[in-house]
Amino acid sequence: MRSISKRFPGVRALDDVSFDVRAGEIHALVGENGAGKSTLMKILGGAYPHGTYDGDIVVGGEVRRFSGVRAAEDAGIAVVHQELSLIPEFSIAENIFLGREPTRRGVIQSEELYSGAQKVLDQLHLRLAPHLPVGFLGIGQQHLVEIAKALARDARILVLDEPTAALTDAEADVLFAILRRLRDGGAAIVYISHKLGEVLALADRITVLRDGKSVGTDDAAALDAPRLIARMVGREVTVEDRQSCLSGQTGVSVPHVFEARHVTVEDPNVPGKLIVDDVGFEVRRGEVLGIAGLVGAGRSDLMMAIFGAHPGRKRGEFFVAGAPVVIDKPADAIRAGIGFVTEDRKRFGLFLDQTVVSNLTLATMDVAASDRAMKELRIKAPSVFAIAGTLSGGNQQKIVLGKWLLTNPRVLLLDEPTRGIDVGAKQEIYAQIDRLASEGLAIVLVSSELPEVLGLSDRILVLHEGRISGELTRGEATAEKVMAYATLTGQRPSPPAGGEGGRRPDEGAFA
Amino acid sequence: MKIDRAALRAYTMVFALVAIWIFFEWRTDGVFLRPVNLANLLKQMSVTGVLAVGMLFVIVARQIDLSVGSLVGLAGGIAAMTQGWGLVPCFLAALATGVAAGALSGALVAYLNIPSFIVTLGGLLTWRGVILWLSKGETIPVRLTVFRTLGIALMTPASGIGMGVAAVAAVIWLTFRRNAARRRHGLPVPGAAATALRIVVPSLLIAAFVAVMNAQGGVPLPVIVLLAVAIAGHFLTQSTTFGRYLYAIGSNPDAARLSGVDLPKHILAAFALLGGLVGVAALLHTGRVGSASPDAGTLMELDAIAACVIGGTSLMGGRGKVSGALLGALVMASLDNGMSLLSVENATQYIIKGAVLVAAVGFDMAGRRKG
Repeated sequence: MRSISKRFPGVRALDDVSFDVRAGEIHALVGENGAGKSTLMKILGGAYPHGTYDGDIVVGGEVRRFSGVRAAEDAGIAVVHQELSLIPEFSIAENIFLGREPTRRGVIQSEELYSGAQKVLDQLHLRLAPHLPVGFLGIGQQHLVEIAKALARDARILVLDEPTAALTDAEADVLFAILRRLRDGGAAIVYISHKLGEVLALADRITVLRDGKSVGTDDAAALDAPRLIARMVGREVTVEDRQSCLSGQTGVSVPHVFEARHVTVEDPNVPGKLIVDDVGFEVRRGEVLGIAGLVGAGRSDLMMAIFGAHPGRKRGEFFVAGAPVVIDKPADAIRAGIGFVTEDRKRFGLFLDQTVVSNLTLATMDVAASDRAMKELRIKAPSVFAIAGTLSGGNQQKIVLGKWLLTNPRVLLLDEPTRGIDVGAKQEIYAQIDRLASEGLAIVLVSSELPEVLGLSDRILVLHEGRISGELTRGEATAEKVMAYATLTGQRPSPPAGGEGGRRPDEGAFA
Repeated sequence: MKIDRAALRAYTMVFALVAIWIFFEWRTDGVFLRPVNLANLLKQMSVTGVLAVGMLFVIVARQIDLSVGSLVGLAGGIAAMTQGWGLVPCFLAALATGVAAGALSGALVAYLNIPSFIVTLGGLLTWRGVILWLSKGETIPVRLTVFRTLGIALMTPASGIGMGVAAVAAVIWLTFRRNAARRRHGLPVPGAAATALRIVVPSLLIAAFVAVMNAQGGVPLPVIVLLAVAIAGHFLTQSTTFGRYLYAIGSNPDAARLSGVDLPKHILAAFALLGGLVGVAALLHTGRVGSASPDAGTLMELDAIAACVIGGTSLMGGRGKVSGALLGALVMASLDNGMSLLSVENATQYIIKGAVLVAAVGFDMAGRRKG
């Protein structure tokens, strides 16, 4: 791709970017959100057709002008998008061949379709039955089906946009093995990811985009994480920087503001299956309690249950400042002083087409306070009347945070507060968490990013399959220990099984 | 486990239908299941059934068409007005009216992005206005004999048997062809017993159908039309890219677009196809009634939508089958027919049909939640 530029109304998304990928290599594309990675790949994949951008796409020495996705596919380019583009009701085979079914005069040759799908799955060493509807698969397997779909198009150039965002480590490893095999088979692979560790491990070359411009391309061997981050944000963000947002020390004598006992949640889709099984914890004034665990360990379900928003049947006792409270619905939780910044802000947290002020005041209707909240949280918006959906992910997240702060909560539940926002905005969110804790708010933090949990939490609970598999104090917590509990691979004696009693002895460690 | 749920759902509707039939059979002292009444029931169902098959194409693509009833009135009226041109031209005029009106709705939805609910709500008013204006509010009698008999004529018993035999032959041929294709592509081939079952069960159903219909004089012509529409519809939805893309569009439009599916083209085609089937339904209806009145077809869109929904079609798109829509139409027709036999008051009939519609979807949702 030579000198690609693309404008959206009011924004220059890409400015004279050149990018190349060779056969038999994995070329990673990294950059903060909004740096233009996805836009660049949408141009390559034909989603933004010729004429909507400036510059040239050259495939195999020839300038190509794609009129659409189909034309790009015909040139051997397949894009696995960040959002899954599968039809849940369709079978694996139908999804793999969607848009290119083997047909005779418009009639689908279903036997050819299924045997062809089986071949592609075999090629990927995937043991999945091609007639199974995709909706029944886990999210990780769905991603693998996406890749099978790209391969079925005889793609010589395969673009993956954040493929591991929703995968467990084990699933990601399967994916990496497949990608390496494809590379060794001569495919050109463009790999977009936020996760610098996997980028460094996987890629042969790495290109960094910043604010729509290419900062440079280098061999992966010549780069390391701090240097990559520096290129992405245009400044050095060191590990020390992150350390500085730790919460202050918390004494044992501080009373706990919130306590949950014996929280149990049933899977709404599978009666009898417990997704949260007898979990209890307490959190004190000014404390940040981190909750770690793998995807599916029940972390978000626990938060939803505490907030009275879980669709499944649930049991549990809750105490705010020592007094029992009944929480059956979110309104109960809000009245009890609990705020909840949800995992998926676009779906659960924000009205994207409404103004900042109406979002901020949704839970309280206190318009006067919204100006103050905007300043305190440093929400960057033209005014309180800006439309929330037009702001960056980091600023959107701050609005959600601000909305709950306006309710004057005593406990704040944060579920993946930095997912999908860029490094700079993350630092700001960390600083806010630190400030709020130092002001006495009790914070429960759920995060999939281990450094985040380790850096911010005073205490860490690790969940495994709905139960507490371990509890670690700030002093003893390391990434290895948390992972050992999360995967239950540690050699340590069987950890306390949730509930109350098992955790008390740990309190001494805070002194 | 989950796969069985879909099958279980289909069976639930069949059981519900059987229960309805047993109830009416008992309350009408055996009148309900007499061949004559069954033939009546199927004739009543044929118009709604044809519309429901067409509506399925549109709903599956996450759209809706509320203009269907008015368009039945308009296409039927135009057929009646153009009788002077001869039979074939007047039939073609009705079909062309349907296709043109459907394509217009589809174009507005697909290319101007006007929500289909609004476009076809406009159509509901507009087409009714057009036929009132064209007919000056008068009812036009059907004069052509063939046209009139279209909605009521019976096939001779011999030709009924002939078609039954042809249908059985087709089932056998298709089953063996499918097995051969699976073998050619190295897929598991069903054993002899399973193959036999695949042939015998449909053949028995075909034989029973022809026998029952012949017992009262022959297979009604409109039922043949409905069956032809249904078979074509099933084939289109399950075995062609056109049909599969409609499901893909309804289930996940972004995914469909990124897979290279031309969304507007398919949406327009779905509406045009529905329009064509509205033309067919208009001919059946006008022929059966024997005249084209300007208010013909009123509320038929709701019957068609209800049939789809009772048959398990999701208004959110991506889910639903022709067989389900037919089952839904049969349930609605059975309720109509049975309650008429029992001389249930009109008011009560409306209330019961409304309750059945909501209950069917309610059970469906409850079943989905429990898993």
